Amino acid sequence: MSDKSFSSWFKSGTPWVWLNAGAVSISLVMVVGLLGLIAVRGLSHFWPADVMEVSYTEPDQQIEVLIGEVIETETVPASQLKRIGIELPEGQISAERVLVKVGNRDYFGMDFRWVNAPWLGEASFPEELLSIERREWGRFYGRLVAVKQQGEVVASGDDAYEELQQRLTRSNDIIDAIKDLEYTEIGKINHGIESIRLDKRKLELDGVAEDSIRFAQLAEEKTQFDTDYSELQKQLAVLYTDLNRDQMVVKISDGREVEMPLAKIVLIHRPNAMGVAEKIGFYGHAVWDFVSGDPREANTEGGVFPAIFGTIMMVMIMAVLVTPFGVIAAVYLKEYAKQGPMIRLIRIAVNNLAGVPSIVYGVFGLGFFVYFLGGNIDELFFQASLPSPTFGTPGLMWASLTLAILTVPVVIVATEEGLSRIPRAIREGSLALGATKAETLWRTVLPMAAPAMMTGLILAVARAAGEVAPLMMVGVVKLAPALAVDNIAPYLHLDRQFMHLGFHIYDVGFQSPNVEAARPLVYATAILLVFIIIGLNLVAIQIRNRLRETYKASES
Amino acid sequence: MAEHAIDISSIQRGSKMNAAEETTCLEVKDFNLFYGDKQALHGVNMTIPKNRVTAFIGPSGCGKSTLLRCFNRMNDLIDSVNIDGQMLLDGDDLNSRSVNVADLRRQVGMVFQKPNPFPKSIYENVAYGLRLQGVNDRATLDNVVEKSLKGAALWDEVKDRLHESAMGMSGGQQQRLVIARAIAIEPEVLLLDEPASALDPLSTLKIEELIHELKDKYTIVIVTHNMQQAARVSDYTAFMYMGELIEFGPTDELFTNPKKKQTEDYITGRYG
Repeated sequence: MSDKSFSSWFKSGTPWVWLNAGAVSISLVMVVGLLGLIAVRGLSHFWPADVMEVSYTEPDQQIEVLIGEVIETETVPASQLKRIGIELPEGQISAERVLVKVGNRDYFGMDFRWVNAPWLGEASFPEELLSIERREWGRFYGRLVAVKQQGEVVASGDDAYEELQQRLTRSNDIIDAIKDLEYTEIGKINHGIESIRLDKRKLELDGVAEDSIRFAQLAEEKTQFDTDYSELQKQLAVLYTDLNRDQMVVKISDGREVEMPLAKIVLIHRPNAMGVAEKIGFYGHAVWDFVSGDPREANTEGGVFPAIFGTIMMVMIMAVLVTPFGVIAAVYLKEYAKQGPMIRLIRIAVNNLAGVPSIVYGVFGLGFFVYFLGGNIDELFFQASLPSPTFGTPGLMWASLTLAILTVPVVIVATEEGLSRIPRAIREGSLALGATKAETLWRTVLPMAAPAMMTGLILAVARAAGEVAPLMMVGVVKLAPALAVDNIAPYLHLDRQFMHLGFHIYDVGFQSPNVEAARPLVYATAILLVFIIIGLNLVAIQIRNRLRETYKASES
Repeated sequence: MAEHAIDISSIQRGSKMNAAEETTCLEVKDFNLFYGDKQALHGVNMTIPKNRVTAFIGPSGCGKSTLLRCFNRMNDLIDSVNIDGQMLLDGDDLNSRSVNVADLRRQVGMVFQKPNPFPKSIYENVAYGLRLQGVNDRATLDNVVEKSLKGAALWDEVKDRLHESAMGMSGGQQQRLVIARAIAIEPEVLLLDEPASALDPLSTLKIEELIHELKDKYTIVIVTHNMQQAARVSDYTAFMYMGELIEFGPTDELFTNPKKKQTEDYITGRYG
């Protein structure tokens, strides 16, 4: 009897429902788990953790004091501890080991230290401990001793911290002013001088006589720029003197007193003295700085704004390139080409293009776009700046084009699909009103197929935003000196190299000098990349839904 | 079978039709059509008079829609179609090389079996043909849209929502919109391919009334499965069977006094 009920249960389809539901749940759990892990690891980095002060006594060594943040704790079995000479009390089978971020790399030689919990003394969290974010050499922990101006002590003791914050704000303002001057004003002058050099070279290439009036004009312009430049140099010199006015004296954990200029410091805070609300505020600031700031110290500190900008820029240019490309190809294949073995072959080839490893596209992009196309463009239009290449070098334009080629099959397939779904009655209706085939396509069929095109574009964007391998060959760099958009004509510089979040993850995680310090940034950058891809997709989906609403085709 | 049988008294008697006194609009001479190897029309000869309603009747697959679609060369869209013989519109061969298909279709408008409005506003649907001709002047368009919608007896129902999507209308309204769209470009001939077959009886009635009103201005050719409908709306009727034109004549004659046995069998419901 039970045999029968089993077989009827099997026939009812219930097991398949369970199987499917199980598969869906597992996928869901994996996605949520993945995002959760990345988010927790990445986002906790910005939380202002308490700074611990603790004594540490290794056997046969002097007592030392450690100041730093606890990063993680792990359990080590007794046998392993025994091998390094630690005897645990009878019956205890394991002990803890703690990773402490002690900072002060320039004095201690390393940022992180593993310490064994049994040798640690009582930890305390004094409010006056400073956590200092520096422009170089990573984090610094210590106690404030005094604030100095030109070597003279101006504050010490309890009110020194207030004074320090005020002076820090001042020095940061000066640094902003210097940056502003260097990037905008001096940038403009450099650009001007460079274009004069190019004009001169062009005149030489054109064979204009050496004593021509044009040369004199250029020389005059150059003199003007030189004067401006020396004027700016003077301003800068003043600013730099101002900047170097203040110093601070900090006592570090081993008792040494260290003097450092405020110009080298980004941010100082006292995490142990902060309340929860204050910490949340600080956290928000830190996340914002990460998203909007420039990277420092070989990308292991600071923000990722240039990488975000580069990623979005590249995807948008790719989208602008790939859409007309794919749509035109699909319209030809579907509407105009005579359907036969040839077209079938082309269609198979297009579908298979989507399966070619992306690095192959990178190689193609480098060989064809960068060297061949770019090289020829340089020869034709940028003769004057040769031998230094303008377009004949990896850059934003070529990266976008390479990714456009990579994603064009997706757009073609989706658009063809959309075109074949337009009812014949609609086309005939248009033709019967005296429209030509092209007019029918343009006025009725293509708008109705627009949602399908957008679907293709969504898939293309999702693919392109996550692609890294081909980009390394055609334009992505570890650190781009300038964004692709700035205030110097023509404002959008497609020839520039750019940073990309995907490559940034790889670079920070595996190419940086301080992998331990950079690891949280890898997670933070990864979660950011995921968010950006989701964001780009949401925008595209929104547009598609709006189009779908407009061109809702007849249900029949 | 029985539903094909018709009550002769239901035929609407207008003025007595006489083929000899009519002006010719469309003329079909020895017309053959092939789908690949298969012949779909066999030597059709027919004269369709101007400003009259001509109905094509016959069983499914008899070639009446195929013939209709030849009048505005819709069959050009099908690669495998070959034709031979002549088809004249006002004396000119409409299959000749010198004829611009788009111009021809402007002269010979068509309404299909299923309503096929474009997914645009009601206004834009009607203005579509004019915009194709490059007319973008607002006042002209407004004028034509109103005139056409009135012509299609739709104006009162939609005048307050001209800029809403046509997809929100009922099937009958959509079909009248499609007719309005067709008459907006003032064709000479209007081809109706089973225009009421997808509609409910009330909408069908409206379409039939509309056909009556339109015949003063247009030559109308209508394909229908429904013999009562043919009897009600048409002045002339052509009965086709297996790709051949069996009988053509004034509607009341054909229904009351068919000359051919096949016609009689069909209209009395003996086969089809």
